[in-house]
Amino acid sequence: MKESCIITSYCSVSDNKLILDGKLLFESTTGDFSEFASRLYKHSGISYPKFHKMDNLCKLGFMTTEFLLKNKDVTVRYAGEEIGTILMNSSSSLDTDRNHQKSINSRDDYFPSPSVFVYTLPNVVIGEICIRHKIYGEGNFFIAEKFNPRFMFDYVSQLLDNDLVKCCIAGWVEVNGSNYGSVLYLIEKTGKTESGIANFEPAEIEKIYNGK
Amino acid sequence: MAEKVYITGAGIISSIGFNYMEVLSSLESSLSGIGRLKYIDSVYRDEIPFAEVRASNNELREMARVPRNGIFSRTSLLGIIAAREALINSAIKNISEHRTGLISATTVGGMDRTEMFFKKFIKDKSHGRLRDIITHDNGDSTEKIAAAFDVKDYVTTISTACSSSANSILLGSRLIENGILDRAIVGGTDALTLFTINGFNSLNILDKGGCKPFDDDRNGLTLGEGAAFLVLESENIIKNTGKKVLGTVAGYGNACDAFHQTASSPDGEGAYISMNKAFVKSGLTPDNINYINAHGTGTKNNDLSEGKALERLYGGSVPAVSSTKAFTGHTLGAAGAIEAVFSIMAIEKQCIWPNLNFKKKMNELGFVPATELIRNVPVRNVLSNSFGFGGNNTSLIFSKS
Amino acid sequence: MEQLVQKLKEEIITALNLSEMNPESIDENAPLFVDGLGLDSIDALELTVLLEKKYGLKIKTSEEGKKVLFSVNSMADFIRENNRG
Repeated sequence: MKESCIITSYCSVSDNKLILDGKLLFESTTGDFSEFASRLYKHSGISYPKFHKMDNLCKLGFMTTEFLLKNKDVTVRYAGEEIGTILMNSSSSLDTDRNHQKSINSRDDYFPSPSVFVYTLPNVVIGEICIRHKIYGEGNFFIAEKFNPRFMFDYVSQLLDNDLVKCCIAGWVEVNGSNYGSVLYLIEKTGKTESGIANFEPAEIEKIYNGK
Repeated sequence: MAEKVYITGAGIISSIGFNYMEVLSSLESSLSGIGRLKYIDSVYRDEIPFAEVRASNNELREMARVPRNGIFSRTSLLGIIAAREALINSAIKNISEHRTGLISATTVGGMDRTEMFFKKFIKDKSHGRLRDIITHDNGDSTEKIAAAFDVKDYVTTISTACSSSANSILLGSRLIENGILDRAIVGGTDALTLFTINGFNSLNILDKGGCKPFDDDRNGLTLGEGAAFLVLESENIIKNTGKKVLGTVAGYGNACDAFHQTASSPDGEGAYISMNKAFVKSGLTPDNINYINAHGTGTKNNDLSEGKALERLYGGSVPAVSSTKAFTGHTLGAAGAIEAVFSIMAIEKQCIWPNLNFKKKMNELGFVPATELIRNVPVRNVLSNSFGFGGNNTSLIFSKS
Repeated sequence: MEQLVQKLKEEIITALNLSEMNPESIDENAPLFVDGLGLDSIDALELTVLLEKKYGLKIKTSEEGKKVLFSVNSMADFIRENNRG
C-alpha cells in the first residue's frame, strides 16, 4: 500500500510579505524587492554573507526556503540525498539576464561581470538552496506560463512514491523586475512526520497557492 | 512494475553535421566542428574558437521547413530540425495515436533574436522590431516544436544549465515507466549567442586553443551549439508494431553537488551520487559499462571533479572513457541529448568515440581517455554524464536491446 | 597613499557584495583569499574586472593575478606602479 504524502508546511513571499503556514510572519512597507530581501535576511537572524552576492531570484528562493525549513529538523530527519528540490517559474532568469545584457552591450563601456553571469540560469536557485542546507537529492527546474499544481503534484509524487526522495521542497519562484512571488511547499510521507497542513493533492496545492 | 523505455528514433544537428548520418561520419573520421565563427558577429571571432552549426538562420529556416511568415529563433529552428529527424526515424505515422509528450530543454531560449533587438533599441528607443523579442521566452522553442509536430498531450520545458536535455530524457523515461505517457520526444536545443559567448568569457573558462578534455594542459571549454532529440516509446508499442529499436534507457540519476554556483566539488560528490543512482535504477553494476561518454568540458575544474568521481566508482579500472566535446564543443542545454545520440551511435556501431585534442595525462588521475577511434568492441551499456552549473548532475545509462 | 587603500577597500566591498563588512574590518596586509572573507574564483574574476574598469589596468596571466590580488596592499601597489595612483 502506497504511503500517502502530506504538505507539512508552506511559505509564500509576495507584496513585501512573508507568510508561513497561513500566518503573516514578516511585512515590510517600504522598498523594492532588493530592499525587502535585505530586511528579510536581517529578520531571519542567520549569518550567511554569500546571500548578498545572489541575484534577486536566488534571494527569493533562498529566503523562502530558509523560513520553510526553520525549526523543522528536515536536514536532521533526512539525509541530504533524500531531499529533492523541484521548482518552476515563467521568466527563467530573465531578471538577471537583463543585467548581463546591459553589461555587454556597449563595445566602449564593456565590462561583463562574472558574478552576474553566474546567475543567468534559473536552476542556480536550487544550487544555492542545496549548498546552504547540504541537500544532494534530485533537482529540476521547469518553465511554464503559470504555476501548474497538477504538474507539480505528478512530478513530486513520482519521486516520493518511488522512494527516489523521502522529502521534497517544491513550488514556484518567480522574479521579473518589480513583479515577484514565491510559494514553496514542504512535502513528506505521512509515516515520517506527526503533523501536516493538508493532504498532498492538486486541489490543496492550488488552494494554498491562491492564498486560501 | 515499471515499463521498459525503448528508443525508436534519434535526430541531431550540430557543428559536425546537419543530421544523424553526417554526424556519425564525422565521429568516425575524427572530424571536429571547432573553428572560427562565421555567422555571429563577435569581437572574439578571430581570438577564440567555437563550434558553430555551419548554416545561417535563413539556411536553417529552409532545413526546418517552417512557414515563410513564421517567426523562429535560431534555437527553435535547430530544435525543429532535430526533432523532425527523430520522428521520421521512429516511423511514427500518427502522432495522436498514442499519448505523446514533448519534453524539451534550453538555456538560451530566443536570446539570439532578442540581442538583435536590444542592440538597436538601446541606441534609439524608436528602433528595433518588436517581433524580434516575442520569441525570447525559454518555453518558446518548445512550443514551436510542439506546434510543428502537433504534440498536445504533455509539453514542458526544462532549464537546468548543462544537464537540461539529459533531464528531459530522465523525465520522459519516467513518464513512460509510470504509464503516464506511451511516447515521449525528449531532448534539447541551444544556439550560440553573444550573451553566452561574453558571459563564459567573463568567467575566463574559454580555451583559446580549443578544449582539450582530460588533458593536463587543458585550459577551458569551447562553446558550441546544436540540438538533438530521442523518441522514447513504451514496451507495448514495440510489441504491437515490432518496430526497430535503437536501444533502451536502462537507468538514470540526478543529484545536486551542493558545492558552488558554478564550480564542481573537488571529490566529485554530485557526480558520484548521480552515477550511483543511475546504476541502482538500471540494476547494472559499474562493471557492466563498456563506454563512458563523459561530461568532460575541458575546464580545469570539471575534468578533475568528474575524473575523481570516476575513480571513486572504479578504483584503478575505469573502462573506456572519452569526452566528445572536442568534436562538438559544449552545447550547453543541448549537450545531454547530443551526447545521448553519440551513446546510441556507439551502441549501433559497436565502437568507442575518441577524445580528441588529448596529449598529456592529468597528474591527479590514474586513467587516460580513449584517444583513438576503437572499432569492433562490444558496447552493450553506455554511461553518459551531464553536469550543469548550480550543481545539477545527471547520469544516464543506455543499453543495447 | 592611505587614500588609495581606503578607496580600494570600499570598491572591493561594493564589487563583491560584501555588505556585512566595512572598510575598517579589512586588513590591507592580510591575504584576500583565505577563509576570513570567503572569497572564491568568481570574486577573483570580479577583482580583475574592477582593476580594468576603475583603473584601466589589465592582468595578463593567472600567475600575475595571484600576485596582484594577494592583498589590498598588493592591489594598491599594482595600481601605483602602473598608474601613478
